[in-house]
Amino acid sequence: MTVPTTHFVIFAALLFAIGAAGVLVRRSGISILLGIELMLNAANLALVAFGRQHGQLDAQVFVFFVMAVAAAEVAVGLALLVAIFRKQRSIDVDRLNVMRW
Amino acid sequence: MMGTAVFYLVAVVGVVSALAAISHKNPVVNVLSLVVTLFCIAVSYALLGAEFLAAAQILVYAGAILVLFLFVVMLLGAPEEPPAGERRPFQRVAGLALAGIAAAGSIAVLAGIRAAAPAGAVRGTAEALGRLLVGPYLFAFEFISVLLLAALVGALMLVKRKH
Amino acid sequence: MLDLLWLVPALPLAGALVLLGGGLRFGKRTTTAVGVGSVGLALAAVAAILVQYAGMHGETVARHVFNWISAGDVTVDFALRLDPLSAVMLSFVTLVGFVIHVYSIGYMHTEGDRAYARFFAYLNLFMFAMLTLVLGANLVVMFIGWEGVGLCSYLLIGFYFDKEYCAAAGIKAFVVNRIGDFGFLLAIFWAFKVFGTVDFSGMAAALAADPARYAAAVTPIALLLFVGAVGKSAQLPLYVWLPDAMAGPTPVSALIHAATMVTAGVYVVVRCNFIYRLSPTALLVVAAVGGVTALFAATIGLAQNDIKKVLAYSTVSQLGYMFLAAGAGAFAGGIFHVFTHAFFKACLFLGAGSVIHACSGEQDMRKMGGLARKIPVTYWTFMVATLALCGIPPFAGFFSKDEILGRVFAAGAGNLNGFGASYLVLWVLGLAAAFLTAFYMFRAVYMTFHGEFRGTPEQWHHVHESPGSMTWPLKILAVGSAVVGLLGVGRAITFGTDLNWFEGFLHRVAPTVEVEHAPSLGTEWVLILLSVAVAVAGILLARRFYFGAEAFVAPRRIAERAPVLYAAVANKYYVDEAYDRAIVRPLGKLAHFSWKGIDTIAIDGTLNASAFFTEIAGDLLRFLQTGNVRNYALFVLGGALAAAAWLLL
Repeated sequence: MTVPTTHFVIFAALLFAIGAAGVLVRRSGISILLGIELMLNAANLALVAFGRQHGQLDAQVFVFFVMAVAAAEVAVGLALLVAIFRKQRSIDVDRLNVMRW
Repeated sequence: MMGTAVFYLVAVVGVVSALAAISHKNPVVNVLSLVVTLFCIAVSYALLGAEFLAAAQILVYAGAILVLFLFVVMLLGAPEEPPAGERRPFQRVAGLALAGIAAAGSIAVLAGIRAAAPAGAVRGTAEALGRLLVGPYLFAFEFISVLLLAALVGALMLVKRKH
Repeated sequence: MLDLLWLVPALPLAGALVLLGGGLRFGKRTTTAVGVGSVGLALAAVAAILVQYAGMHGETVARHVFNWISAGDVTVDFALRLDPLSAVMLSFVTLVGFVIHVYSIGYMHTEGDRAYARFFAYLNLFMFAMLTLVLGANLVVMFIGWEGVGLCSYLLIGFYFDKEYCAAAGIKAFVVNRIGDFGFLLAIFWAFKVFGTVDFSGMAAALAADPARYAAAVTPIALLLFVGAVGKSAQLPLYVWLPDAMAGPTPVSALIHAATMVTAGVYVVVRCNFIYRLSPTALLVVAAVGGVTALFAATIGLAQNDIKKVLAYSTVSQLGYMFLAAGAGAFAGGIFHVFTHAFFKACLFLGAGSVIHACSGEQDMRKMGGLARKIPVTYWTFMVATLALCGIPPFAGFFSKDEILGRVFAAGAGNLNGFGASYLVLWVLGLAAAFLTAFYMFRAVYMTFHGEFRGTPEQWHHVHESPGSMTWPLKILAVGSAVVGLLGVGRAITFGTDLNWFEGFLHRVAPTVEVEHAPSLGTEWVLILLSVAVAVAGILLARRFYFGAEAFVAPRRIAERAPVLYAAVANKYYVDEAYDRAIVRPLGKLAHFSWKGIDTIAIDGTLNASAFFTEIAGDLLRFLQTGNVRNYALFVLGGALAAAAWLLL
């Protein structure tokens, strides 16, 4: 017997919630990016699980695209962090309040 | 049966290491824990029949992206959580609460679903995916390459030192 | 040459635009060249056009300049129309206008360069507006000119705008004219609704084809047009602006408030005679307002001491005559009086300007006297124009006034439209006004030019004849006042031979409404002698009262015997005061209430309140905008969860 789709999705939901918690709770820019990666992967897992449920490969193509987008996002995000760190010697996002009222 | 046991094992390991990835003070530990989680997800992909994605997950995510993370962590030389500046206790509590609601809510909803058995194993081999990518999804595939190029240029521009 | 008709209004407009576009910075020499030159060129163009037109037997020439309004059923072209009526108007408007422009060179030479340029710019603009009014081929184009002359009148009355009473007079003229313009506008709308066109030819054709179909609309349109005419031509009850308009420079009074603009009302009535002749009621109203105004204004003229005010009331009175003629169906006769009046009234005003110029700005006749010796040219030209105004043969006014009184009497005797008795009463009023006119005009002549000088010796020493640029216009206009009447010699005077060129010329566009039983030749001669006798009686009475050793004795005695009557006349029957009480002040109170009550409290309050609450809301909501990235992420997740919950539950 195979594992039911719902169990994969529950696993994905847990990973997503953990990733969201990381984004919301941590102040380090790197940790926030890690949380985002985790959320993206959770979504990917759910996609693949749903794809199997419907017997389609298109979901896997989408996951492939998401991976590429994630790679691009990480590259730009990390570059931003490096630039910010150079500017104010910190990657604490709470200190990014230059443009606040 | 073997597959079922493997799934629950990787699920537990994945969730535990994900918790470590977001909660540990040391960024290096965070990154390495995430590698474990991503590896668990790759196993899940394999169990779901997505063989190519499983390989790509390990190669691209664990191998490339997280190494990039590690590299930046080392580069910035800020391994510890930055010193406490502006405290936002409400943010922490509310963030955890919302995440908890999201998790509990989805489990509650999903547990109630009695889905039919999966339609059948469609194996996501490199050949099958490749036919889709250069077939119906050719435009999106090409477009992704442009996006990656743009990200590359953007990242270069952002980190370039101004004279 | 007829294709260049558009040049006639365009030339003065160009002059005005050059002067205004130059920022009024030109020297006097340039200003004169532009301002007077443009009108001179227009006069030359008019002369050339009229020479050509003379050989065309009075046919109507329409020249389409451009498509102006074209929306749905509404099509209004900017089109000009030359027919006998507009040709007559064109001739004297440009001639008198040009003469007055020349006169202004001398009269305004003491002004600064800037004021001088402004004066000529406005004067040119006025010429443009007046010529547009005259030449307009439909009511809408005419309305442009109509409003344009109103605007220029306002600008020129308030020319010395740093003096408060001048500015007030300008506003008064504008506001009172607006009341009339409102009627005119309604008439345009109504005419468009009924006829589907506002073109004069189109409307005339529609009425000629099927008069019965439009029977119900004719009277209201005619009366509304007349409301406009009453405002522009200063008739009862809207005449009050014209006497005050004397606050403007004297050439303006001569050009606008005597010779041209104020005749626009008469022109409109005659131009639309194809409407009026179908409505007996409207004709009677026009005649009645004209006749009553003629007498009413003449009585006020009796007790005025300002030389320009006397002339102003005389203008109101003479305009009344013109409407009286139009109301009696003598459209050509009305225009004939417009024509002759333009010459002698312009001459009188310019003469008055010359007197004022000589007396260093003094306008009060009580401080003049004996000026004939010092300024003979002014005296003689003024005398000729006065005789013309009084209707003494063979001067111009005699022919036109006699024509009017004769026609009104004929309308009464011939029972025109069944209103014979009313016309007879109006004839009596006209005759009485003729007597009073002769009296107050010679009163002015005697007070100004005869007797002893009543001002200071320095003033007497200073009195001098005006320069050539002022006396030549006077001479030209005096000659005109003397001879132009010969163009319209009445039939009776020539014992039945039809020498009335003027009426014959206008017959095609404005035929006189004929009564069934025309008075006999003998009756007409009696009427002529009667009107001359009445005028001579007025002159003799004025001589008795204001000339020689016993001057001013009799009037003073009358003023003492009947103080109430004298005060009423001297104070213009308190009409201004009554309007002030009855209309101006209540309106002022209403405006004050609208300002303080409705505007400040209700409207401003609502606006300020909504602004206040918006600001409060913004002050509170801005705390959501923390500027913290994680905080925003929190909102995003909260929102996403809420959306998911809403979808699932």
